[in-house]
Amino acid sequence: MRRTTRIAGALAGIAVAALALSACNSGSPGDSGTDGATDDAGGDTALWEVATDVQLEGSPTFDAMTERGKVVIGVKNDQPGLGYEDAASGERSGFDIGIAQWIAASLGFDEDQIEYQTIPSANREQALVNGDIDYYVGTYSITDKRKEQIDFAGPYFITGQGLLVAADNEDINGPDDLEGKIVCSVTGSTPLQRIRDEYNPGDTVEYDTYSQCVEQLKAGAVDAITTDEAILAGYVAQDPDALKIAGEPFSEERYGVGLQKGDAALQEHINALFTDGNDVWQALFDENLAPAGISGEQPEVDPTS
Amino acid sequence: MGIITDNLDLWGEMIVGTLLLFFAGGTLALILGTIVGAMRVSPIPIARGVGAFYVNTVRNTPLTLVFFAFAFALPPLLGLRLTGAVSITLAICALGIYTATYVAETIRSGINTVPVGQAEAARAIGLTFGQVMRFVVLPQAFRSVIPPMMSVFIALLKNTTVAAGFSIANLGSVRAYLSERGENQFVAILWVMAIFVALVLLLSWAQQTFERRWKVAR
Repeated sequence: MRRTTRIAGALAGIAVAALALSACNSGSPGDSGTDGATDDAGGDTALWEVATDVQLEGSPTFDAMTERGKVVIGVKNDQPGLGYEDAASGERSGFDIGIAQWIAASLGFDEDQIEYQTIPSANREQALVNGDIDYYVGTYSITDKRKEQIDFAGPYFITGQGLLVAADNEDINGPDDLEGKIVCSVTGSTPLQRIRDEYNPGDTVEYDTYSQCVEQLKAGAVDAITTDEAILAGYVAQDPDALKIAGEPFSEERYGVGLQKGDAALQEHINALFTDGNDVWQALFDENLAPAGISGEQPEVDPTS
Repeated sequence: MGIITDNLDLWGEMIVGTLLLFFAGGTLALILGTIVGAMRVSPIPIARGVGAFYVNTVRNTPLTLVFFAFAFALPPLLGLRLTGAVSITLAICALGIYTATYVAETIRSGINTVPVGQAEAARAIGLTFGQVMRFVVLPQAFRSVIPPMMSVFIALLKNTTVAAGFSIANLGSVRAYLSERGENQFVAILWVMAIFVALVLLLSWAQQTFERRWKVAR
C-alpha cells in the first residue's frame, strides 16, 4: 500500500513538471492578449455568405470535400496576424485564416465544417501531394519549384523579406548591416538561404518555428530574425516595446493558396473569388494586418496555369 | 538518384553534421559515463549519491527537453550569443550528457560482472580505489559490455536527429532543406533512412570486431 502511494506521488510530481514545461513551451509563441483584434470570428461571417448548391465540375478536391461533408485546410499556428492559434482557447485568427474561411464559404462550407491542420512550412507540398489537406493557406510563396509538385491559386498577398531586430538595436538597418551578426530563421528556409548566399552574416541559427527565434532574439542570443515582413510585423504588433522591423523589404514574396496539382477547376474558382471580392479582401486586411502597420493592396491573380 | 547528385553539397554538409554530433557526443558520453559509472560503485557515499541523482534525473528526462534546456535556457543564463560554434557545442553537450547516463548504467552492469574477489584481491595488494578501477575492474567491465554499449551508441547516432530542431544541420534537417528546394520529401526521407541503416550496419560491424578481439577468456 505504501508502495503504491509513493508511486502515485512520484507520478503526480512528474505530471506537474510536465505541465509546467508544456505550459512554458506553448506559452512562448505569443503572450496573447493582443490578438483581441481578430478573435471575433462571428464578425467575419458578415463579410460573406456561405454559398449553397455549389457546383464545381471536374474538381477532385471539391468532390472529396463534399463526400466528407467538411473541408480540411492546412494552416500555420504561430504567425500572429496571419495564421495564429491561441494556445489557451484553441481559437484561430489572422488574415490567412480569414482567406481560408472565405474560400470555404464560397464552396458551401460554414465554419463548423472546417477542420484546420497545422502544417509547418517544410511539410506543405507533401501534405498536398498526399491529399491530407484540401488546400493550404499559410504564407505560402508561389515559386516555380513548388509549382512542379502542386498548383497555386492567387496570389492574394504580396510581401517581401525583412529583418526583425530588438527595439533598441540601431546597428541593423538592412541586410548589408548583418556582417558579424547572428541571424535566425526556420530550418532550411529560403530567406535564410538568401541571406547566406547574397549577404554576409556572421552566423545563422535555425529553429522549427519563428516563435523560437523570437524567444532567442528577446534573450539577446541572436541579433536579427529574417523572413517575410508580413510575418515579422505580427510579432512586432504583439510586443512593440521589445521588437521592431529594420529597414525595407528586399525581396518579393507572393502568397498563394496551395492546391493539389491539376485541379484547375478549384484554381479558377478561387481566382475568380479573389478577383471579384476586393471588398472582402480589404475588410480582412484592415482587420488583421493593418493594425500591425503593414500597408498593401490586393494583387491581381496569376493567369490560370 | 537525382535528389542526391543535384544536392551533393547539402548531403555532404548534413552527413558531416551527423557524424560530428555522433563522435563528439559519443566521446563526451563515454568519458563522463565511465566516471559516473565508477562513482556509482565507489566507496564514497557522496560520489554514489551524486552519480545516482545525475543518472536518475537526466535519464528520466526526454532528450528534446534536455535540448530545450541547452538551447533556450542556458544562453540567456550565461549571456551566450548563438554563434555556430556555440550552438554545436551546446548540442554536443546535450547529447553527451544525456547519453552518458546510459553509458554509466551499462558500465555499472559491466562492473558487476567482475567477480568481487578480484577487487578485494587488488585492494589487498595495496591498490587504491582508482587503481583497482583502472587496472583491474574497468578493463574487464568494458569488454563484457560491448554489445549493450553498442546499442547505446546506435541510439545516440539516431538521437542526433533531434538536434535538427535546434539549429544543427544534420541528416534530420535534410528534409526541410530539400522541401524548400522543391524535392520530393518522401524520397528524401527514404534516403535518410538508407544512410542511417548503412551507418548502423557499420557500427554493428565494429561491435563484432571489438567482441572478437577483446573477448574475455573465462
